[in-house]
Amino acid sequence: MRILRNLSFWIAVGVVVLIIAYGATGGAIRRETWFTVLLFVGLASSLNILLGYTGYVSFGHIVFFGFGGYIGFWAIDTLGMNLWLAALLGGLVSALLALGLGLAILRLRGAYFALATIGILEAMKALVINIPALGGPNGMELNFSVYRGYGGAATALWMVYWSVAAIALIVVITSYIVKKSKFGLGLMAIREDEDAAEIMGVVAPRAKTWAYVISAFFPGILGVLFFFKQGIIEPGSAFRLQLSIEMLVMVMLGGSGTVLGPILGAGAYQILRGTLLTSDLELLGMKVKDIQLAVAGVLLLIIVLFIPVGAIGWLRTRSATLRRILE
Amino acid sequence: MILEVKNVSKVFGGLTAVNDVTFDLPEGQILGLIGPNGAGKTTLFNCLNGVYPLTRGTVTFRGQVLSGLPTYKVADLGIARTHQIVRPLNELTVRENVMVGACFGRENHKLGEAEEIANEVMEFVGLAARADMLAGSLNVAQKKRLEMARALAARPYLLLLDEVLAGLNVTEVSQMLNTIRAIRDQGVTIIMIEHIMHAVMNVSDRIIVLNYGTLIAEGSPVEVQANQEVIEAYLGDPDLAARLLEEERG
Repeated sequence: MRILRNLSFWIAVGVVVLIIAYGATGGAIRRETWFTVLLFVGLASSLNILLGYTGYVSFGHIVFFGFGGYIGFWAIDTLGMNLWLAALLGGLVSALLALGLGLAILRLRGAYFALATIGILEAMKALVINIPALGGPNGMELNFSVYRGYGGAATALWMVYWSVAAIALIVVITSYIVKKSKFGLGLMAIREDEDAAEIMGVVAPRAKTWAYVISAFFPGILGVLFFFKQGIIEPGSAFRLQLSIEMLVMVMLGGSGTVLGPILGAGAYQILRGTLLTSDLELLGMKVKDIQLAVAGVLLLIIVLFIPVGAIGWLRTRSATLRRILE
Repeated sequence: MILEVKNVSKVFGGLTAVNDVTFDLPEGQILGLIGPNGAGKTTLFNCLNGVYPLTRGTVTFRGQVLSGLPTYKVADLGIARTHQIVRPLNELTVRENVMVGACFGRENHKLGEAEEIANEVMEFVGLAARADMLAGSLNVAQKKRLEMARALAARPYLLLLDEVLAGLNVTEVSQMLNTIRAIRDQGVTIIMIEHIMHAVMNVSDRIIVLNYGTLIAEGSPVEVQANQEVIEAYLGDPDLAARLLEEERG
């Protein structure tokens, strides 16, 4: 494998491994913080394959996290399916959903595609609310006894941590491989100029659909793991537009189209969010709820206006050495 | 015949941009496509490689009818083109740009092979020194060469060149003409749209002339230069002034 000889590959993998190790070695509270970071490393890196490589902005990408999570949760709850199988099932149905959607909406470009993705997120939410088998508006709850099958709740929490860590690592490796492949070159050609890419022979409809499918598969798996850990799933928490936008901020912050960017973006944003959520920030004598969203908005504005390439993208423009080792 | 164009028309709303154009192209020739601004030359290119669906007529390439095929299928069959208004993939390096041509063009190479072809082609068109620069940072002449390199990396049977000489200085033009001849000598058939007359007359085996979407003349460079209709299309009616004067006197 040529990739294994690249320093940039080991740097990207190394950063994720460091995050995993740090989160695993400081007790439950630290683990919970870094669990969220790893979850978003996986989500942001998945989104990056569509957003960063292919140039299609998806505002509703959390739909795959929610939908996969729902199907996996349902399989565990009602079919008594094993978690690993359910996670795979969640990934596959999300990928399938992306395949179907992709054929329909990937014909749209620019703002029209972005708007369609929001519409799909809301439509899926409305659909799930109306399916009694999935718990309707109230969602579903896991019977606590389920965790006994995994060595009790405390062990299950660790198990989910390691699973999410593994998936995050796999997503990052996949993202690297895609970027360095012929398929990835085609995606980036589409990002730069879709018509010119097609004239050079890139089969854009097929390439875009595959990018969409891959970027939906991993969030589906992560959704199942996440909601298994929560023990409860409901439409409001599974299909949250806000999370979708935060994913976008993470990718843009770190550098869309780079492998390392979404990792660092997810880390930085989560730390920022944690700090803001636990601070006693008051505005005009009132506690401010969800202040991190306001900060995210301002951040996005600053990035788009001044450093559209994001932190890693900016570093890459600084020197040829950095360009070689930061991918 | 590598290319047979039969009764091709392209109509946009009420405007007929290409009107009933018919011509054949034998393999290994350079065909010059000339005509005043707005004559429909680029539109004809867009009809040949699938950017626009034809309103009427057929295009047959190496025995296969192209009508209705998307651009990437046409590329796959062995037609590559350059754009009059350059379309570099800005955020990719020059090498990556050229590799796209080799990877997804007629020969569908793997990345490793594509890189070798890209290096060869960049050497050939004189871009080797800029291989690792971002395509967006090239100047116009270099971008024109990049367009050419990308098209060549696909190893096409037929190359469509859309004003590759425009905007180049005298030295660059003669370099580019040498490159074009060298490509022809490798066995690639070429259609080139060009406004620089001495260049296109010099390099073409045959020339066709479009005016208002209609093919008004066809033949060797010498024949076309002597053609009354062609002169009128470019310069207006040479006898018009004399006739007007006579009318005034009379």
